[in-house]
Amino acid sequence: MKRFLPVLPFLWLGAFVLLPVVITLKISLSAPATAQPPYLPVLDWSAGLEGWGSFLEALDFTNFETLAQDALYRDAALSSLTLAAIATAILALIGTPIAHAMARAPARMQPILLALVIVPFWTSFLIRIYAWIAILKPEGLLSAALMKLGLIARPLEILNTQGAVLIGLTYAYLPFMVLPLYAVLAKLDPRLTEAAADLGAGPVRAFWSVTLPLARPGLAAGALLCFVPMVGEFIIPDLLGGSDTLMLGRVLWSEFFSNRDWPLASAVAILVLVLVLGPLLFFREADRDGREASR
Amino acid sequence: MRALDRAALILGLGFLYAPILMLAVYSFNASALVTVWGGFSTRWYGVLLADGPLLDAARVSFLVALCAAAIATILGTLAALALDRSGFFAGRRAFTGLVYAPLVMPEVITGLSLLLLFVGLGLDRGILTIVIAHATLGLGFVAVIVGARLRGLDRSLEDAASDLGAGPARVFATVTLPLIAPSLAAGFLLAFTLSLDDLVIASFVSGPGATTLPMRLYSQVRLGVNPEINAASTLLVAAVTAIVLTASWLTGRNDPV
Amino acid sequence: MARTTSPGRLTCAGLGKRFGDHAAVTDLNLDLAAGQFLCLLGPSGCGKSTLLRLIAGFETPSSGTIRLDGRDITAEPPHRRPVNMMFQSYALFPHMSVAANIAYGLNRLGRAARGERVDELLRLVRLDGFGARRPDTLSGGQRQRVALARALARSPQVLLLDEPLGALDRALREETQGELRGLQRRLGTSFIVVTHDPAEAMALADRIGVMDRGRLVQIGDAATLYERPANRFVAGLLGDVNLIEGRVLARDAAGIATVETPCGPLLAAGQVEGACVIALRPERLTVSEDPGQASSSLTGQVLDTTYLGDRVRTQVRLADGRLWRVSAPAGSKTMPAGTDVHLSYRPEAAWSMPA
Repeated sequence: MKRFLPVLPFLWLGAFVLLPVVITLKISLSAPATAQPPYLPVLDWSAGLEGWGSFLEALDFTNFETLAQDALYRDAALSSLTLAAIATAILALIGTPIAHAMARAPARMQPILLALVIVPFWTSFLIRIYAWIAILKPEGLLSAALMKLGLIARPLEILNTQGAVLIGLTYAYLPFMVLPLYAVLAKLDPRLTEAAADLGAGPVRAFWSVTLPLARPGLAAGALLCFVPMVGEFIIPDLLGGSDTLMLGRVLWSEFFSNRDWPLASAVAILVLVLVLGPLLFFREADRDGREASR
Repeated sequence: MRALDRAALILGLGFLYAPILMLAVYSFNASALVTVWGGFSTRWYGVLLADGPLLDAARVSFLVALCAAAIATILGTLAALALDRSGFFAGRRAFTGLVYAPLVMPEVITGLSLLLLFVGLGLDRGILTIVIAHATLGLGFVAVIVGARLRGLDRSLEDAASDLGAGPARVFATVTLPLIAPSLAAGFLLAFTLSLDDLVIASFVSGPGATTLPMRLYSQVRLGVNPEINAASTLLVAAVTAIVLTASWLTGRNDPV
Repeated sequence: MARTTSPGRLTCAGLGKRFGDHAAVTDLNLDLAAGQFLCLLGPSGCGKSTLLRLIAGFETPSSGTIRLDGRDITAEPPHRRPVNMMFQSYALFPHMSVAANIAYGLNRLGRAARGERVDELLRLVRLDGFGARRPDTLSGGQRQRVALARALARSPQVLLLDEPLGALDRALREETQGELRGLQRRLGTSFIVVTHDPAEAMALADRIGVMDRGRLVQIGDAATLYERPANRFVAGLLGDVNLIEGRVLARDAAGIATVETPCGPLLAAGQVEGACVIALRPERLTVSEDPGQASSSLTGQVLDTTYLGDRVRTQVRLADGRLWRVSAPAGSKTMPAGTDVHLSYRPEAAWSMPA
């Protein structure tokens, strides 16, 4: 029992994280024609090595060929990556001043500010995105406010565009960027920026040469926490994007729920996984380097 | 520079809260039109309480969240203990990766891959499969929170207990567990919230008869802005806020120990 | 070898700093001549570090002015002040090499000049060849020297050092004290060192400023502070002292006062009138069994005698019950406990302070 307990969570994770991904990979390599389970080829465990041989022979790359050839998937992949990258950049730009300001706030204020950033982070994602529909739609609050101020003459056509998706991504993921950045900045010795100022650096140089390089692990963690889920994001492009806003999460969803093409949906899932694996490893390295540098 | 800090905080927090506050305000709007203020009314809350399918979905969500959070807390704590206490063992990095994977994995992948597993296993899709999926998601979060607490723990306290004659089980029950209890509670609450909030994974792994609250809300949200949804959202946001404040109070408490 | 700086005269007038209800520094006046080595001495929380941070510009004073060579720098931000600071924690930039740390303040210099200056500073603190290292690969003593070199790089008019030797072990601390002193003499820069260690203050400084609860209570050389303390706090801070309260009755032509005390009339130097406290260092007292010829003496009973290696300490209970300590060179005649003794001293050795 004592030896078994620590193993239990890893058995669970193996069964419900690792194994499903393996199965997805397998199904993505099965023929697209079979729209109903069981998906061929089926690995016959009892046949041993022979079973493996026939299994490997029967693997089918048609789904990935489809992904490569059909412009829809290429565009979706490209626009997922582009939108996620732009949103991550925007988040870094607006998240850094917020986290920096939090870290420099009076000590008794910091737990309150932290809670204020965490609450939306845990508040229903769906609802927070839903709120933006009411704000962004042509007869919504933003248009009404801007028209009242005389800044625009006609209602904004922003809902169902990539702009709306970017706003939604930025809004939904802001806490994911701010929290890791704050964690790093709050631990930063204030003497370091004082030393920079003492040595003649103005606030801007002190920030660029001392604060920002030392905040790099937080920036890397924040970028990772935002970019990776954003690439596979479904709710935001579905609710805020137009019919032309293609993102992989949404394509996967419609392949699965509308077209019922499970093997192709699996192939899209594998594609998303491969696309985010690169940045994942890259950020891990950057994170490790950053940690070593700041040790 | 101080003025810039203040501006960043006000704008940042304003951006985070304005949409939520707007929802809350308009949930008390007598008018059915979103941008027209028709006076204060609690009418939509009445509509909400009479909405049978929505209340059923809320019950399902609550049950799922409770079970999933309980499993996630137990397994997540065990995972955190194993990673914290085992020192370096072969495959430690792989195990760490496995614990963190559900935290960053795009939800569509988690959902689809779990569904394919359940289909492959011949498991009937329903409340059980949603519980398993949400427990897996919550496990990682619990492990992170409990792990942080364990790293901050003064190991000499456990040494002192065993020096005073306590066996490993007694040390764990009388020293370790009480000290990490706040993080366990916080982890439970956060796993609970995550489950309550999830739309994507639940959509993949649920079956007929198991509609969760977000699934129900989503099917209505797709049809456009609706004051009843505003009211439901306001209640949900209020509940989650209460849970989060409790959780942060629990993790913040006793920290100097 | 090292570039000489143009040392500056630092003047603080009526300086005050409040944090909410707490007054960290109160009505502080300080005049530091160019090229001086000043130690600010006091227990933790006395305001000495705040004073340093006010001079560096990290804190804005609630009242008063700071001038450097007559120029008002009170409102100047830290990065414009010709004053540099060596931080207690050193605050070395962990993401930069030793050379980059030292060069940080030299960004106005050309590349070649900067490199030369860094090499010169590395030699100055005896760290030649360490330029490429990261701060976290250095020992505590080496880091301290990097911090010193970095703070000296811009040739400040005043160098501020916050507990510069606090993180070093004792042997290294004594060695470094000598180096710091030598460096200050060579460079001629004004140094202000904050310390809580009286021995360190005495070993380092030309002048010592004693701070207590936000006020500068006395400033002077080590001998003045030791022999002629302004009050009981200063007297106790600088070393062991015997105290007795009294009232000045009369004063002779030489300035020696006759003080009425619970143990009879005593003679003491000083300018106080009325109520006072007499301070007598243990090593200025002599114990003997006979009254002798001393003009000023007290009587008491030996309580115990402790051998301390280089000296012998005798505890004596005076007539009114108070305990005084007497310190005599090792080898002096010791007296068994219970012996009735006379404590005698030269009147100039006793110092009367305001009560």
